[in-house]
Amino acid sequence: MKKNGNKFKVLKSKFLSYKRSPLSLVLSLLVTVSACITFFILLFIIGYILINGIPHISINLFEWEYNSTNVSLMPALINTILMVFLSLIIAVPFGVFTAIYLVEYTKSDNKLVGIIRVTAETLSGIPSIVYGLFGFLFFVTTLKWGISLISGAFTVSIMVLPLIMRTTEEALKAVPSTYREGSFSLGAGKLRTVFRIVLPAAFPGILSGIILAIGRIVGETAALIYTAGTVAEIPSGKDFLFDSTRTLSLHMYALSSEGLYTNQAYATAVVLLVMVLFFNWLSGVLAKRIMKGN
Amino acid sequence: MKRYKEQIMRIIFLLAACTSIICVVLICLFLFINGIPAIGKIGIKEFLAGSEWKPGDTPSSYGILPMILGSIYVTAGSIILGVPIGVLTAIFIAKFCPDKILKWLKPAIDLLAGIPSVVYGFFGIVALVPAVRNTFGGNGNSMLTASILLGIMILPTIISVSAEAINAVPESYYEGSLALGASHERSVFFTVLPAAKSGITAAVILGIGRAIGETMAVIMVSGNQSRMPSGMLKGIRTLTANIVIEMGYATDLHREALFATGVVLFVFILIINILFSLLKRRNN
Repeated sequence: MKKNGNKFKVLKSKFLSYKRSPLSLVLSLLVTVSACITFFILLFIIGYILINGIPHISINLFEWEYNSTNVSLMPALINTILMVFLSLIIAVPFGVFTAIYLVEYTKSDNKLVGIIRVTAETLSGIPSIVYGLFGFLFFVTTLKWGISLISGAFTVSIMVLPLIMRTTEEALKAVPSTYREGSFSLGAGKLRTVFRIVLPAAFPGILSGIILAIGRIVGETAALIYTAGTVAEIPSGKDFLFDSTRTLSLHMYALSSEGLYTNQAYATAVVLLVMVLFFNWLSGVLAKRIMKGN
Repeated sequence: MKRYKEQIMRIIFLLAACTSIICVVLICLFLFINGIPAIGKIGIKEFLAGSEWKPGDTPSSYGILPMILGSIYVTAGSIILGVPIGVLTAIFIAKFCPDKILKWLKPAIDLLAGIPSVVYGFFGIVALVPAVRNTFGGNGNSMLTASILLGIMILPTIISVSAEAINAVPESYYEGSLALGASHERSVFFTVLPAAKSGITAAVILGIGRAIGETMAVIMVSGNQSRMPSGMLKGIRTLTANIVIEMGYATDLHREALFATGVVLFVFILIINILFSLLKRRNN
């Protein structure tokens, strides 16, 4: 009862102050309406795709071989997993080692560190189509790897490098220095301290960054279209690394630009959306756990 | 032996740390080496200021002015639509939002940032294009549609960077304004917001970078005609679209001209990045 009375009082004083200054009311309405618009745009996009797409998800869509009757997304899905796997194998060691160097081995006012930071920032600002062009010029043409799984993997691994670097750096910095001091005082060397003490403690943070990178790779299109190609087959045989492949995003692009398989495109969009959102959610959960840990 | 191992690993870490430098150098080198000669052959003025892009004609003409303007117009449109909503939402998040709602709004913005650009593009094709066609006329694949879609796509960037900037303003500014008798809204808008100005500008610049570099979503909704932009409801082609659309079949000078288009895009992005880091440095 008393709480309600208070609420009423607050409302009344709010009303009075708005009466005195109508501008405040306008401003308050403006921000609230904008936030609502943002929220409803998201609901609309996700709702629209889910509602139109879920009814079209069928077993045909998951058949092993792609052809024009089943429009299967299975080869694309498997290619996506291969692509993610390969690019992480390339990007994670470099990203994590860079972060280790920056956090554990140098002081932040070092000139080299400054350059590394600037270049990493530059990399994260470059749009994916420029990566695509570079990948085409360097991996596909100059190294003669052709339009292939491996060219695509190298291209996107450069793209996610700054992301992995930054998240790992933050995770390492969040490890209390007492851990390191304790390890040193027990006689462990620098290397042992880093690998046995600091890295395990920072692991959830690093994993969160890696999962975020998976989300990026799964959703990437422009960087892959002229490096990994658009062949809707699972690469096989001895030289499978040099086969042209089509990831799920590229499959999605091909379907919607052909314009023939709208229903299947909806269903594919659902699968793609759910995958990417799942990875982002997982990454967020992990990141939150670390925040709580500290 | 142990010392040896320590030294070797230290060097390995150092080498790994240099990869980002090597990558940036390689990207610059390869783009410029492959793109600059074409600009030389075509002529810098014909290339940048030529209004005809007709690689198939004899003699062929390679003017990318339509695409430069296309990119600029679409980006400007997305900024006009996205920045007000984005900044106001950021203000709501930072200063107005009750914790209960924040729990929903924050993940929503993260989700918006996570949606892949092909999915945005597909949403554009199936929902936005018909909507624009039915309300404004034209065939729907237009500058306006691309601007709306990009405006949505840059929202999360603008919101998160501006909210951070607003939160970074010392609480004493806000309290001082309240103490002088200003209302909550006035305090936020007229003391906190001006103090966060450079941070919000940085957010807008980052948004511009995102919009100008966006490729797939724009290709899917903007019509991609390589002529001078002629109206909000007419089709348009951006620099990014030009590369993706023609790269598949281009040869010789045509292909080199596409690399050169990439160089122009890259230079745009570098300028934007430099502006952004200058602003950020001034903030610190």
